[in-house]
Amino acid sequence: MNLFKSTVGRKILMAVTGLCLVGFISVHLLGNLSVFWGADAINAYAKHLHDLGPLVWVFRLIMLGLFAVHITFGIQLYLENRAATPDNYAVQKTLVTTFSAKTMVFTGLIVLAFLLYHLLHFTVQITNPEISARNLALVDGHLDVFTMVTKSFQNVFIALVYIIAMIALLLHLMHGISSWVQTLGWSTGSSQDKVTALGKIVAIVYGLAYIAIPLLLLARIVK
Amino acid sequence: MDLTLHVWRQKGPQDKGKLETYPAKNVSPDMSFLEMLDEINDGLIRQGKDPIAFDHDCREGICGMCSQVINGRPHGKQEQTTVCQLHMRQYSDGDEIFIEPWRAKAFPVQKDLIVDRTSLDVIMQAGGYVSCHTGGVPDANVHPIPKPVADYAMDAAECIGCGACIAACPNSSAMLFTSAKVAQLAALPQGKPEARKRVKAMTEALLDEGFGNCTNHYECEAACPKGISVKFIAKLNREYLKSLMPTSTEA
Repeated sequence: MNLFKSTVGRKILMAVTGLCLVGFISVHLLGNLSVFWGADAINAYAKHLHDLGPLVWVFRLIMLGLFAVHITFGIQLYLENRAATPDNYAVQKTLVTTFSAKTMVFTGLIVLAFLLYHLLHFTVQITNPEISARNLALVDGHLDVFTMVTKSFQNVFIALVYIIAMIALLLHLMHGISSWVQTLGWSTGSSQDKVTALGKIVAIVYGLAYIAIPLLLLARIVK
Repeated sequence: MDLTLHVWRQKGPQDKGKLETYPAKNVSPDMSFLEMLDEINDGLIRQGKDPIAFDHDCREGICGMCSQVINGRPHGKQEQTTVCQLHMRQYSDGDEIFIEPWRAKAFPVQKDLIVDRTSLDVIMQAGGYVSCHTGGVPDANVHPIPKPVADYAMDAAECIGCGACIAACPNSSAMLFTSAKVAQLAALPQGKPEARKRVKAMTEALLDEGFGNCTNHYECEAACPKGISVKFIAKLNREYLKSLMPTSTEA
């Protein structure tokens, strides 16, 4: 049976790609937090990334592949599961599942919509050209990413978009970060609760750290 | 005690069906839930009405026939208890009770509270067995099986195949049921030779029968009248991963 057709095979693909994406947002978060160390720190981080040259494109292609698999199978599984449950109960009750587990496809789609906006905003830089690094004066010969980021998040609309999207990401991670342990068959009866609790803590830490960036810049606590 | 029942009535598979309300008077707390329904049916029959059709057989919690969602919970509110072993002392005077059949595409309603669970048999036929030559009874302890392994297999074998896991699952996935069978047989020496074939065949049958995919909600474990753990789903996932590796006979 084909890995891409099997119910367990696709579940494993969701877990593995999800795990890689968690790895990506971990590195991305560490890079982003450099904004709190001032203009030099984040500008230097941006320069290092740019200096990787063709490697950046290799990385982008890998990311595209991961997202494609994760999104395609995520939506496909959601549609199949909907079709398997045509009728609701008059009294609908759940015992242990969570809001985040039930809304994975929706939080996932919000994150996807955000991702597209985020790429247009900071990578392609066409949504707010007046404050995009490309149109700002160079600092010591390289792009002024710091000013682009701070000016962007001083805009209430942009900051809110980022904050809402990061809340969706937090909810997505609340289920996802611990789920892969079960999917890859590593959990045992007694370890599952601990893994789930740990996953939620990690998700909250990630979520809050990501939210802190637009929030603190919007509130002008960091300038 | 006096109760108000809202029971799903459906004439046949093609009928749309709806909830109908019945008063249940003078219910004894010592009655089982099914005995309470027997009394209601007695009353309906005396009035010349069609009694409520529901599945039941052993009435001692081991056959897996009773299948009712009571106030949104498969088998009702008592943990690790089938409907037949649920007693009316769990309820109090004036309670409203909603009784519905298992709901899943793979479990079409036959009549009222009875659903067709043939799809679970189809999953079993796909690999929920051990192929062996019949013959004399083997000597005791021919297969040395460590006690923890025997216990593990026994825990999985507790599954009575009632379908509560599917009724509780937001995706109507039969993964807990399937995993209990896969894990039980994969843990024992008799089941190992066919383990690779079994996990693929049974999970394939699960999808073909119209069940959903497992997305780790764990509602199944919470609803299971036999307390089957989702650790068996992790075991099934491990068995699937193992089946992806080539074996020496294939290479």
